[in-house]
Amino acid sequence: MAKSNKPIFWGLFAAGGTVTAFVIPALALVTLFAAMRFNMDMFTYEAIHAFAAHWLGKLIIFGVILLSLWHAAHRLRVTLHDFGVRADTVVAYAVYGLASLGTLMTIIYLLRI
Amino acid sequence: MGEEMSRKPYVREVSKTTWFLRQPRYQRYMAREVTCIFIFAYTFLLICALGSLANGPDAFQGFLNALRSPLGVLFNLAVLVVTAYHSATWFNVTPQAMPIQRGEEFVPGNVIVGAHYGAWAVVSLIILIWGI
Repeated sequence: MAKSNKPIFWGLFAAGGTVTAFVIPALALVTLFAAMRFNMDMFTYEAIHAFAAHWLGKLIIFGVILLSLWHAAHRLRVTLHDFGVRADTVVAYAVYGLASLGTLMTIIYLLRI
Repeated sequence: MGEEMSRKPYVREVSKTTWFLRQPRYQRYMAREVTCIFIFAYTFLLICALGSLANGPDAFQGFLNALRSPLGVLFNLAVLVVTAYHSATWFNVTPQAMPIQRGEEFVPGNVIVGAHYGAWAVVSLIILIWGI
């Protein structure tokens, strides 16, 4: 039987969907609170830097950002098709290119913290 | 060649760009589809936050100031509403998407949906306690 790398990508896509569904709404609520100055003690540089400086924090940040980023990028490709954009190759290069850029930035930033 | 052979070709008069407006079911599908735009943008907001964190306290304060602008509040509110819709609509169809068989019987749908909502509540609570 021919080997296919599809299961790996589908697995990552499913993981991305799961992370997005379970984590992002609550995270958006937290950043909304931060944006609305709900509590001035939250979202301090020291607290978040301490979280991101720990290897486990780095791993969580890396996992959440990367999985939702690539999941959303793939869905964006399909959504653009649904909106009548038929230049799939160009769209694929654009969305996956942006996701690659985001991945690179995430890795560089995490290494610098 | 197909067109030459058929004297009366079948033409579907469906717009490529507005096809989903015809039916409420398609509209709901599309409403769920567009949530990915917000999720995609939100991940970049997180990456910007990470970048400001790497650049020191001043850069992070700059990020917070931008986040606290009316546009920042509005964007976060939109992301919250849209992602909650995305999650709820996903959890509601989990019995169809991943049915669980136990022996001869299938686990009832409301149990699967309930388990997802329960897990969602627990995860959200942990994030909220951590974040606030």
